[in-house]
Amino acid sequence: MLRDITIGQHFPGNSVLHRMDPRLKLLLTIAYIVLLFLAANPVGLTLCLALLALLYRLARIPLRLIGKSLRPILPIVAFTAFLNLFFITGPGQPLWQWWVFRIYPEGVSYAVLMAVRILALIAGTSLLTYTTSPIVLTDAIERLLKPLARLRLPVHELAMMMTIALRFIPTLIDETDKIMNAQKARGAQLDCGSLKQRITALVPILIPLFISAFRRAEELAMAMECRCYRGGDGRTRLKVLRFTGADWASLAVGVLCLAGIFVTRFFFKGI
Amino acid sequence: MQVQTTDNAMLRAENIRFRYSPESESYAVNGASLAVQKGEFVAVLGANGCGKSTLAKHFNAILLPESGTVTVEGMDTRDEERLYDIRQKVGMVFQNPDNQIVATVVEEDVAFALENLGVPPAEIRTRIDEAMQMAGIYKHRGKAPHKLSGGQKQRVAIAGVIALRPDCLVLDEATAMLDPRGREKVMSTIRRLNHEFGITVVAITHYMEEAAQADRVLVMSGGKIAMEGTPKEVFSQTERVRSLRLDVPQAAELRDELAKAGLPMPEGIITVEECAQALYRLLA
Amino acid sequence: MAVMIEARHLTHIYGQGMPDATTALEDVSFAVEEGDFVGIIGSTGSGKSTLITHFNGLLRPTSGQVLVGGRDLWAEPSKIREFRFLVGLVFQYPEYQLFEETVYKDIAYGPSNMGLPKEEIDRRVRRAAAFCGLDEALLASSPFELSGGQKRRAAVAGVLAMEPRVLVLDEPAAGLDPEGRDTILSQIKAYHKQTGITVLLVSHSMEDIARFANRVLVMDQRKIAMYDTVEKVFARAPELLELGLSVPQVTKIFLRLRELGLEIPADVYTMPYAVKTVLEAARAKGVL
Repeated sequence: MLRDITIGQHFPGNSVLHRMDPRLKLLLTIAYIVLLFLAANPVGLTLCLALLALLYRLARIPLRLIGKSLRPILPIVAFTAFLNLFFITGPGQPLWQWWVFRIYPEGVSYAVLMAVRILALIAGTSLLTYTTSPIVLTDAIERLLKPLARLRLPVHELAMMMTIALRFIPTLIDETDKIMNAQKARGAQLDCGSLKQRITALVPILIPLFISAFRRAEELAMAMECRCYRGGDGRTRLKVLRFTGADWASLAVGVLCLAGIFVTRFFFKGI
Repeated sequence: MQVQTTDNAMLRAENIRFRYSPESESYAVNGASLAVQKGEFVAVLGANGCGKSTLAKHFNAILLPESGTVTVEGMDTRDEERLYDIRQKVGMVFQNPDNQIVATVVEEDVAFALENLGVPPAEIRTRIDEAMQMAGIYKHRGKAPHKLSGGQKQRVAIAGVIALRPDCLVLDEATAMLDPRGREKVMSTIRRLNHEFGITVVAITHYMEEAAQADRVLVMSGGKIAMEGTPKEVFSQTERVRSLRLDVPQAAELRDELAKAGLPMPEGIITVEECAQALYRLLA
Repeated sequence: MAVMIEARHLTHIYGQGMPDATTALEDVSFAVEEGDFVGIIGSTGSGKSTLITHFNGLLRPTSGQVLVGGRDLWAEPSKIREFRFLVGLVFQYPEYQLFEETVYKDIAYGPSNMGLPKEEIDRRVRRAAAFCGLDEALLASSPFELSGGQKRRAAVAGVLAMEPRVLVLDEPAAGLDPEGRDTILSQIKAYHKQTGITVLLVSHSMEDIARFANRVLVMDQRKIAMYDTVEKVFARAPELLELGLSVPQVTKIFLRLRELGLEIPADVYTMPYAVKTVLEAARAKGVL
């Protein structure tokens, strides 16, 4: 059933990472991703993975959750690694060859690098969403982008749209489920037939869904107006993001760790 | 200068007419006049298409009358400068609980209106805690709205409105989509807001049981007020209420049937208890 | 009379094997005779929606069996679609499933999925529309231009057009005003009378159940609490109230009279019977 899909992948908790200011988490995650490309040497990457493992421990996130977030991308990782393995050539002798296939040492290291990099990237961003609820994350994005509002970018409106979308995803999934059941009760066949038949079979589901979504939007707009909504100007927030002492400390530790990993690029040969 | 009315009316509509498009021949509200006093609990009853929801949307300037005037504590709803004052005074709760909740966490949603008005965060906190307690949903404050039942969601919507500390609450068929238990919870919350906190309540509904709990009942038909009075006065006129395509309490119906058959039943019976007592006096 | 629908030790668990698995039905067994009009009552979460979605095979039992017309639904899972046409299921707020350009086409959706010839589809659409009080003239208009009550009736017609042998309705009158409610329920009753099909009606309104059903199934906490004729179920009014359900207001009046110490029957649940009972008592007493 559709409602089994999990969204946002938030794993509530009360660890240091959960309590950290979402803006800081967001910025550190971005820095971490950049680092995965700048510190592309064996020591740097090992340290990146070690840091990530440490953070997962700190956040007390069960191992199976990491597995769950990584599983869907494994085919992509395997495919990229496979391509690198066979198509990267080096100046020396191939390690192995058969017919037109040749594997060079450079190919092997590149394949490993790509695999590790993608997995670390996904695991790193998952850590952010596991420890930060979607609404807090939206809030952080809005605040970080605030300077761009001066350039007439509709930052508040975008954040509001994201919030409303997050709010309505479960509602619409539920609704889709209901409409599908209602049409199945009238004999709709959704899971067999040719591609064309399957697409036509979606019409009785999509049309009611769209109509309902528009009706909801209209009613929501009226309810928001009744509650004095008038855009982002002069708006305050219930939860104020405040940089606490713990956040400053986390920032210092975070910067030190990341800088430490960064300098490895000057001491070790990159791949 | 604003003309200050000296009376105690919370809401006042005078001969208002409204149609959804200027080409339309029929008026959704066609010459309705009414006054709601401060602290009153008024039910507006009517069949579908009688104009009751259209009328409700006039009370906080979502709709403006084509002719006639609507005033909220003396403020004309056409006065654009007072728009947000009016919306703070008159809170609205709509039919579908899913379509009026904005945020993904209950307390964030209750805070929405206060955030819009630029209330300082510390004050938002105290006011939403108070509102959530008044609506009886404080223990659900950290939950996601879609995990709540219909009745709970509707009480979240009520909390989101009473956080504004309005003087009046307008419920536009707020219980129509709820099951009996949710409906009862929402109604008892509303009665409490009315009794304990003196909030004026205007409940738009087609459920006769809910209207029977009000101080005063207005019955709408064809965009006009067709009947008015206490629940007893209105519901004891069973034939008249039926002709307006509405239900009457079975107690009143039974009383009428028995009176027709020649049994000396007293007038003005609308509740189970009144009916049982009258029958007991006759038959014991 | 033959048994039309039967549940044997039916259990349903949502998300079985997951940490958040919830049991919605637990060892439910009962049988509905052909031609019965059964009212299903129970508070939200008692399992009634889960129960009715088993009858046309939208849900598969976690354990136990569901039989329609003596055939096990899941004996041959590939043929489950036959049961969708045999048991017509009308969900809550069915107007949200309307999607076609015209009312006619929308009502024809079910029969077309059955693969019927064009003339037969036409006959069924017109018949179902007539039963639901939809004017021929309305058939050519868009379903989205209809009034709320008409939309609801068009959606019900869409299920009736499949001419099922069992009709299951989940709160067909929810959200309608008194007139809309009476119209749709009377039409369903008339259809039941004329065709003799089996009807299962889920409703929160005890007054409606009392008026239309001949048997009542009471669900409570994933199980069947009562299943009997209307008289016998409403005669147990105090127990119903204990389960958090309501009873018709007339029943409450008679219950109160008995509490006051009056010798009067307790199984009164409809207005005509209430009037008759009181008048008889009055005559016996000599006040009339």
